[in-house]
Amino acid sequence: MIISISSGKGGTGKTTIGTNLALSLEGVQYVDCDVEEPNGHIFLKPQIEERISVGIPVPQVDKSKCTYCGECAKVCEFNAIVVVKEQVLFFPELCHACGGCSYICPEDAIEEVEREIGVIERGKAGGIEFVHGILNVGEPMAPPLIRTEKKFIDNGKTVIIDSSPGTSCPVVEAVKGSDFCLLVTEPTPFGLNDLRLAVEMVRKLNIPLGVLVNCCDIGDKEVWQYCEYESIPVLMEIPHDRGIAEAYSKGIPLVEEIPEYRSRFQDLYNQIEKRLQEESG
Amino acid sequence: MKELTVISGKGGTGKTTITAAFAALAQGQVMADGDVDAADLHLILTPRIKKEEEFFGGRAPLMDKDKCDECGICMELCRFEAIRDFIIDPISCEGCGLCMHACPNDAITMEEKFSGHWFISDTRFGPMVHGKLGIAEENSGKLVSLVRQQARLIAEEENKDLIIIDGPPGIGCPVIAAMTGVDLVLAVTEPTLSGIHDLERVLGVAGHFSVPATVCVNKFDINTENTEKIKEYCRERNIEVVGEIPYDPIVTKAMVAGQSITEYDSGVVTDIIKKMWARIETGLGNGFER
Ligand code: SF4
Ligand code: SF4
Ligand code: SF4
Ligand code: SF4
Repeated sequence: MIISISSGKGGTGKTTIGTNLALSLEGVQYVDCDVEEPNGHIFLKPQIEERISVGIPVPQVDKSKCTYCGECAKVCEFNAIVVVKEQVLFFPELCHACGGCSYICPEDAIEEVEREIGVIERGKAGGIEFVHGILNVGEPMAPPLIRTEKKFIDNGKTVIIDSSPGTSCPVVEAVKGSDFCLLVTEPTPFGLNDLRLAVEMVRKLNIPLGVLVNCCDIGDKEVWQYCEYESIPVLMEIPHDRGIAEAYSKGIPLVEEIPEYRSRFQDLYNQIEKRLQEESG
Repeated sequence: MKELTVISGKGGTGKTTITAAFAALAQGQVMADGDVDAADLHLILTPRIKKEEEFFGGRAPLMDKDKCDECGICMELCRFEAIRDFIIDPISCEGCGLCMHACPNDAITMEEKFSGHWFISDTRFGPMVHGKLGIAEENSGKLVSLVRQQARLIAEEENKDLIIIDGPPGIGCPVIAAMTGVDLVLAVTEPTLSGIHDLERVLGVAGHFSVPATVCVNKFDINTENTEKIKEYCRERNIEVVGEIPYDPIVTKAMVAGQSITEYDSGVVTDIIKKMWARIETGLGNGFER
């Protein structure tokens, strides 16, 4: 089973939930798809065993063959390749690596070369199989890295995917294909506003979802009203606690600081499993 | 004209709270919400929309079933596995157009794709430009650039010399779009190991694009040791820490009341944000060092 953890708003505790859920279960693979700001390793402290450079195929023009006909620039939907007089200019940060230019070039002048956009690291954190992607700094495009990372998913395990916050392409890429999506929110106006957007996104992807309310005793009650109205199950609540916040700040997992939480996270998992069984049965 | 972008790397560090407070403190500015994905600034600034425009972020393929003879060429060539059983999945499609060029039967055309909205509004602190990307849409960077461009136009028209941009979380394309070419980036962080990790990455992006940066440590008292580490890190790189804000539940109360913290309360948090703003304002005038 693949459970993705997401949230419209950042900083609601997505990584806390993902890592602690992983630490509370057996046979887990933890896949950190928040490649812009991966944090799971801070809490799980994995032994990295393998480092894989991830690149995307981008065009390289062979000047001896190029006739500067401009066809490549015409097909590129992203203005990543431009032909001016006797020169082909390439803007790597705009290139989606679609292969359109090399396909169209009548002179066979375009060859594709790998351009690194990030790395994937794999390893073990105790019994947990750990995978994360790290986008290179200055690199705009996270989705190709996430796509590659998801090829390492081990379907024989309970897979926990941590996504980045928001509702746009990197989040969709991370959440897509999971069996269940857990949305982490805070009971504040910002939290609710962003939860609504996240719910819309997950529904668009046709994935069953549930909500976890973190810092459940701050703010107001509107998140619960919203969830009731939308028939969204609130699967767990965690109060605001300075002790938890301090442990978090040091990179200490919640289940290590307060071991009772282990059974609460197991219960969370059981609820998700039960819901999925009901849905398929 | 000066542009200031408030960013956070890691989300949820209090970036929008601080941006909203700056909106209340600054004078003669245009506000721009660069978080077009999960925007929150409007919850505090309650904009009255004056103008609403559609945003077309790119093109998307449309397949004419009558012309398609199911040759399968498009499926084979598409690098994003976006065509399955001769049906295009709009969520996986990147809009590259390769399928259109490759189709021997001209069964695919590329159509302008509606991807969201952008708005020009009035707020109690002056004009604001903001956007709303459609759910699961791409091209957030393009919409952020458009929001910034509109904000600049308004600033020119109305003779305003400052634009304050609320940036998105992360380090990817919308963040790059929100910070390239601005005069100053304020990175709001928390003294947690993840906060530090993310701060280093987002400052790396600012450095990569040669944008001067300053730092604010929010909830600094949650872990004073980490706060010291952040200050040390910034000192080594000649980055000024312009403010340290303590944890205070009043911040959430102000948010629930729909007010900026400086409007809601005159306590210690407000005090610190005011000093921070004063420092940034003079710094913007004189140019921050990098
Ligand atoms: S399509 Fe090929 S030949 Fe024409 S300008 Fe591009 S690289 Fe050169
Ligand atoms: S690979 Fe695609 S996106 Fe990149 S330059 Fe060629 S046509 Fe443009
Ligand atoms: S436009 Fe590009 S990504 Fe979309 S279906 Fe066609 S080939 Fe695939
Ligand atoms: S390439 Fe054209 S004709 Fe062939 S399957 Fe695709 S749409 Fe149909």
